[in-house]
Amino acid sequence: MKLNGKNGKSDTNLEQIREKTDLAVSVENLVVHYETSSETVEAVNSISFSLKKKRTLGLVGETGAGKTTAMLALMNMVPNPPGRIIEGEIRVNGLDMRKLTPAQLQHVRGSEIAMIFQDPMTSLNPVLTIGEQIGESILLHRNISKAEALKETQKLLERVGIDPERYGEYPHQFSGGMRQRVGIAIALACNPSVLIADEPTSALDVTIQAQILQMMRKLKEENDTSMILITHDLGVVAEMCDDVAVMYAGHIVEYGTLEEVFNKTKHPYTEGLFNSLPNINNRVEKLQPIQGLMPDPANLPKGCAFAERCPYASEACRENPPETHSFSDTHLAACTAYQDPDFRIGRNK
Amino acid sequence: MLKYVIKRILMIIPVVLAVSFIVFFIMDFVPSDPAVTALGDGATEEQLEYYRETHGLNDPLVVRYVRYMGGILHGDMGTSYANNQQVWDLFFAKFPNTLRLAVASVVVTVVLSIPLGVIAAVKENTWVDTVCSTLSFIGLAMPNFWLGLLLIMLFAVNLGLLPSTGADGFASLILPAITCGTGNMAALTRITRSSMLDVLKQDYLRTARAKGQSESKIITHHAFKNAQIPVVTQIGIQMSTLIGGAVLTERVFAWPGVGAFLVDSIQKSDFEVVTGFVIMLAIFVSIVLLIVDVLYAFMDPRIKAQYARS
Repeated sequence: MKLNGKNGKSDTNLEQIREKTDLAVSVENLVVHYETSSETVEAVNSISFSLKKKRTLGLVGETGAGKTTAMLALMNMVPNPPGRIIEGEIRVNGLDMRKLTPAQLQHVRGSEIAMIFQDPMTSLNPVLTIGEQIGESILLHRNISKAEALKETQKLLERVGIDPERYGEYPHQFSGGMRQRVGIAIALACNPSVLIADEPTSALDVTIQAQILQMMRKLKEENDTSMILITHDLGVVAEMCDDVAVMYAGHIVEYGTLEEVFNKTKHPYTEGLFNSLPNINNRVEKLQPIQGLMPDPANLPKGCAFAERCPYASEACRENPPETHSFSDTHLAACTAYQDPDFRIGRNK
Repeated sequence: MLKYVIKRILMIIPVVLAVSFIVFFIMDFVPSDPAVTALGDGATEEQLEYYRETHGLNDPLVVRYVRYMGGILHGDMGTSYANNQQVWDLFFAKFPNTLRLAVASVVVTVVLSIPLGVIAAVKENTWVDTVCSTLSFIGLAMPNFWLGLLLIMLFAVNLGLLPSTGADGFASLILPAITCGTGNMAALTRITRSSMLDVLKQDYLRTARAKGQSESKIITHHAFKNAQIPVVTQIGIQMSTLIGGAVLTERVFAWPGVGAFLVDSIQKSDFEVVTGFVIMLAIFVSIVLLIVDVLYAFMDPRIKAQYARS
């Protein structure tokens, strides 16, 4: 832990309330709702997961599954109103994020936990130079002069593959891929121990995607960063992650190591995700999408949220919330069908 | 950038030509004889005809227009029919007062409205928002002349702190500027609020928050910088209106500005003054709009890049 922040006081405070732990992140029973006068959107419904130091957790699921909301909650940054963390415990490096004061939160954000956002076209401030935006992070958390911060900024630019002399240019002068490199430089400016990457490549061209991912992995290894990678691209997960959590309608439906989730798939939704991948060996084969749509999170069914789309669903699935079954110390799936010990899903890819 | 500014300055020329021609054309239709205005009702027809002939009033419209514009280039806008003074001199005797009042009013409006608008946006749909919006409407709801009279009663008559009339120094500027400035608060507060509301939804504020930046810095440093353009546009519009003269405020405080004098001249059918003043005002309004356009470039680098390309 760096003790050279500007807010020297809150630093010492933080050390007093920090719990000793091996986990970079732990989340217990997190519930986040968006409440408006007309409806309540149940975005995240009692999820629990943890991230060990130096590992990468992939958070997979379709748009609207609550992935981004869960990660904003991790930084205690759910937009309020209308968003509200209803319950749950969120710990980052042993700090209870829900109990920190605004000043302590500002100190932790950026220096211990940082985030790379999805769309680099909108996540950079158009009227500030990229140098100002990267340097801002450095000046906030480190007690150094502007001239030193500029040097640090230029070093960072070099590390993310941008000509350091371009620090005085504005976001509109860069392409999408280059802007995402700036976004990464902002997130990495103070060597955070936890990095959240929210679909960092989904707004980019395929050719640029690989470059960015490769660079992120390199920087992560250089800095011993723990990372949570949000994506809906299973290929990216296979490439980057150690552990995988599959989210559906605000729940984690399957959770395990990469090997377990990919090769010993248990949840019918995860199965559906794999089955819907195009088959590169048989290009004439029709795609097999999961039928139907995710339920409206403002109006979730009382039973399993996936039951309507699930080929194995029984009456019990529609009536009661799914039970969580564990298949190893690390592998969990929330599916009632495993009450029957002989139940097997039929993945065909 | 410099090329753009020069281009914009040159574009003022056709605007001024068009405005001046329209003014000249309309004035020609007004059923009033400058010769009668100058010589009075007792003048004989010969005297009137002699006046018209010597002052070139019998020439065709276009000839008179060209002669008039030629005169302006030499600082000659004719003489007032009413008191024989040079229109050019009259204008530049009045205009500095108008400009001072306009700038002071805009300062009052800006200092009050921008914080109100920003706070209203940050606290959208709460009681704070309602209070800010209501405050901004007070100036609009109170008629200028009435507020002016109230201020005179309180500060000049009862407290004796500030002068009630005239334009001598800073103290005499305070009451007219408050009277005039508060009337424009509602519009500027609304624009600031709605512009900030747009910006507050933007993703880049989330990026700043994730860096650990404080909420107050996020609003002043990240959000407001992006919300400035509509605000400055509105300030420019208010400035242009004020340059034309704040007639009521000038009347109440006996402020020796352009507006009240222009109204007087219209009533006296002193059309040499009216024409000259309107043309000069058109020039100054064009300059204000030019300044606003150039300011855009300093507020948004994307606009600066656009200017550089054009």
